[in-house]
Amino acid sequence: MRQRTKRILFGYSLLIFAFFYVPIIILMMFSFNDSKIGTVWTGFTFDWYVKLFSNTQMFGALQNSLYIAVITTVLATILGTMAALVFHRYNFPGKKAIDFLFYIPVVIPDIVVAVALLAIYGFLDMTLGLITAIPGHVAISISFVMFVVLARLAGLDDSLEEAAKDLGANEWQTFWRITFPLIFPGVLAGALLAFTISIDEFVISFFTTGPGSNTLPVLVYSMVRLGVSPEINALSTIMILLIVIAVLFTGRKMISPNKKGEE
Amino acid sequence: MDRMIKNAYSMLSPSLIWLLLFLVIPVIYIGVISFTTNTGFGGILYEFSTEAYTAAFSSLYAKVLWQSLGWSLLATVLCLVIAYPFAYYIAHAGKWKNLLLLLVMVPFWTNLLIRLYAWIILLNNHGVINNLLMKLGIISEPLSLMYSPFAVIIGLVYGFLPFMILPIYASIEQLDRSYLEASEDLGASPVKTFLYVTLPLTFPGILAGIIITFVPAVSVFVVTDLLTGGKLLMVGNVIKDAFLIEMNWQLGSALSILLMVLVLLSIVIFMKFTSGKDRKFLI
Repeated sequence: MRQRTKRILFGYSLLIFAFFYVPIIILMMFSFNDSKIGTVWTGFTFDWYVKLFSNTQMFGALQNSLYIAVITTVLATILGTMAALVFHRYNFPGKKAIDFLFYIPVVIPDIVVAVALLAIYGFLDMTLGLITAIPGHVAISISFVMFVVLARLAGLDDSLEEAAKDLGANEWQTFWRITFPLIFPGVLAGALLAFTISIDEFVISFFTTGPGSNTLPVLVYSMVRLGVSPEINALSTIMILLIVIAVLFTGRKMISPNKKGEE
Repeated sequence: MDRMIKNAYSMLSPSLIWLLLFLVIPVIYIGVISFTTNTGFGGILYEFSTEAYTAAFSSLYAKVLWQSLGWSLLATVLCLVIAYPFAYYIAHAGKWKNLLLLLVMVPFWTNLLIRLYAWIILLNNHGVINNLLMKLGIISEPLSLMYSPFAVIIGLVYGFLPFMILPIYASIEQLDRSYLEASEDLGASPVKTFLYVTLPLTFPGILAGIIITFVPAVSVFVVTDLLTGGKLLMVGNVIKDAFLIEMNWQLGSALSILLMVLVLLSIVIFMKFTSGKDRKFLI
């Protein structure tokens, strides 16, 4: 790149970063503001955090979110990894159609999944609760796990598995001693991805959980609908800081050329 | 061979069954609902009717449909134009590349609701922007920044820009530099090299970016919900209200099926114009 082009792009990128971060930083700033109105600075306080930490609703919602996310992660990781192994190893009739099927959850709008599940629960006369969110969460996460693990498998040297088999290991032994340790980083990245998708998911939870089973994003939504309140700023600030920590922690491993992870 | 195929199917079956039970069948079911007769308050009479689709395209909702399509297309184009040079810069930022990418990941992973809330604080009638402008004496009355198409576009672009940046970044980053050198050696100007080499080679990333920006943008309801207080509507709002408030399941289902058609179409296009290794740009 020419020097001049580079300078222009540099300035431009600074602007985009400002676009990303100025709103977030202002949001965080006002969580320490000593005023209820929330958009005029009057003084520094930790009051909103104190108030937030005595909010039992918030902790209940956090607990619900974690509960759903953990179950989703376990199920999606197992199902997605199995699917990836099959896709990597076998050719079978209908592979292309099934491949297409796995693309759907990647692109499908969450509102379609949400109302479709709501409709089928209605048809089955099921009462909505907390666990009714899990089928949808898992359904949209499986493909992400599968694609991440598949990418890892693609970089695998097949001769290692062949060597194990030649040396007399059966399929089970080969899998647990050779294949699994080699794809483990991919499986872990897939699991992290499923966990993050689930924790972050709002629309499916909004439609498919029952009253009183709020997840954290659903609680945030209902708080924001009521208007600006520094307590939301405090909660948002904590959530953003957790993401900063998570991003730094997974750091270079999690950033991949891909959108959501893959190691 | 037979045993292998059987093996493949049996290992695939858990995820297939899950997707069939909780994705395919429910979506087919709302497809069925969309063609049934509405008896009011969530009533479903299994008698064929195209009423819901007629309603969806009636003047009442057609405006919302076109509006959603228009806004989300505009937002997608804006995202593409904004994202490409930005992604290009990051991909060429040398030792800073990883840090800059981390800085993109933070807004990417931050919940959309929180990021929209940040804009409420800015755009509000008593918000930061209005306060600032009034203090500077530029305006005497607060501008109505929220509750406007402007706010919707800001929300859509701010919400989905990272979705566009990351696949484009990935495709630029993985570009084989020797093609660029070859083009240069053969005497092409930098502009020509960009237009005839870089741009076509990064097409899979661009296509993936367009799909994963446009599809959520056209179907989102929280942007209009939060930034216009429900004053302006997108198709997602109509679906949500049809299911939760008006209890018109036929209409909600018909609109969802229309979105679904859009999704299937974009997958077909993506699979047609890219190869299997390009799917990484999509996730």
